[in-house]
Amino acid sequence: MSSIKPRVKVPKEVSIDEIVEIKTLIRHPMHSGRMKDPEGQTIPRQIINSFSAKFNGKEIFQMDLEPSISTNPYIVFQYKVKESGKFDFEWLDDNGEKYSISKEMIVS
Amino acid sequence: MKLRKLKKISRRNALQLIAVFTGTAVFPSISFAQSNKALDRINEITNGLGATESDIWLDLPEIAENGNQVKVSFEMDSPMTETDHIKTVYILADGNPSPNVAKFSFTPEMGSCSATTRMRLSKTQNVYLLAANNNEQFFMTYAKVKVTIGGCGG
Repeated sequence: MSSIKPRVKVPKEVSIDEIVEIKTLIRHPMHSGRMKDPEGQTIPRQIINSFSAKFNGKEIFQMDLEPSISTNPYIVFQYKVKESGKFDFEWLDDNGEKYSISKEMIVS
Repeated sequence: MKLRKLKKISRRNALQLIAVFTGTAVFPSISFAQSNKALDRINEITNGLGATESDIWLDLPEIAENGNQVKVSFEMDSPMTETDHIKTVYILADGNPSPNVAKFSFTPEMGSCSATTRMRLSKTQNVYLLAANNNEQFFMTYAKVKVTIGGCGG
């Protein structure tokens, strides 16, 4: 499962009160439990079921994902800048695994 | 059929008639819900109170060539303060095997209520957006998406 690698784009230099856009993408098959493999066997459900974003330790955004979310979940949201700090992003897999990434943001 | 008849009358009349037809065709489908999984789910979430139809920007393609990757964006007007902010947004699809697509939890720190993701649509259907603010008021909107190739497998 080491092929699952999240990617996040956070603007590096920002100003106070600016609303910035944060783009996230994680490579994941998102097996809905309805698709079949070439042998006709149903592929069991395995999806990313939750995504969350924290800024300086405080949760700012969370999303529950269902099987209707596409392969390689792409999530974009906005954040109003108050101070410099660090974002922590976390994705939860049905199989119990967690994938995470952190990004710094500096107020100039 | 209708359109062929309309050609004989003036352009202005025709436009008025079209407005009347689409008006009557669209609204009953919301108010007198037939068996619609998404609307049932809205009833469940709102405890039967229902939601006010409101002016939410919900961006979906009119025609999705590939139901596997349908981009959905939304934005709502909200001051996003501690006392008045949108707390939860649900995306629901009435023609998918399960109506639930996603649930977003917003906080005032975000400064705006807007997000984008990509979803699967198994066939042509309505996609609903239901939003709840911190005072337990519900708002909704919907959009119809025509799907050329379904995207749920099976």
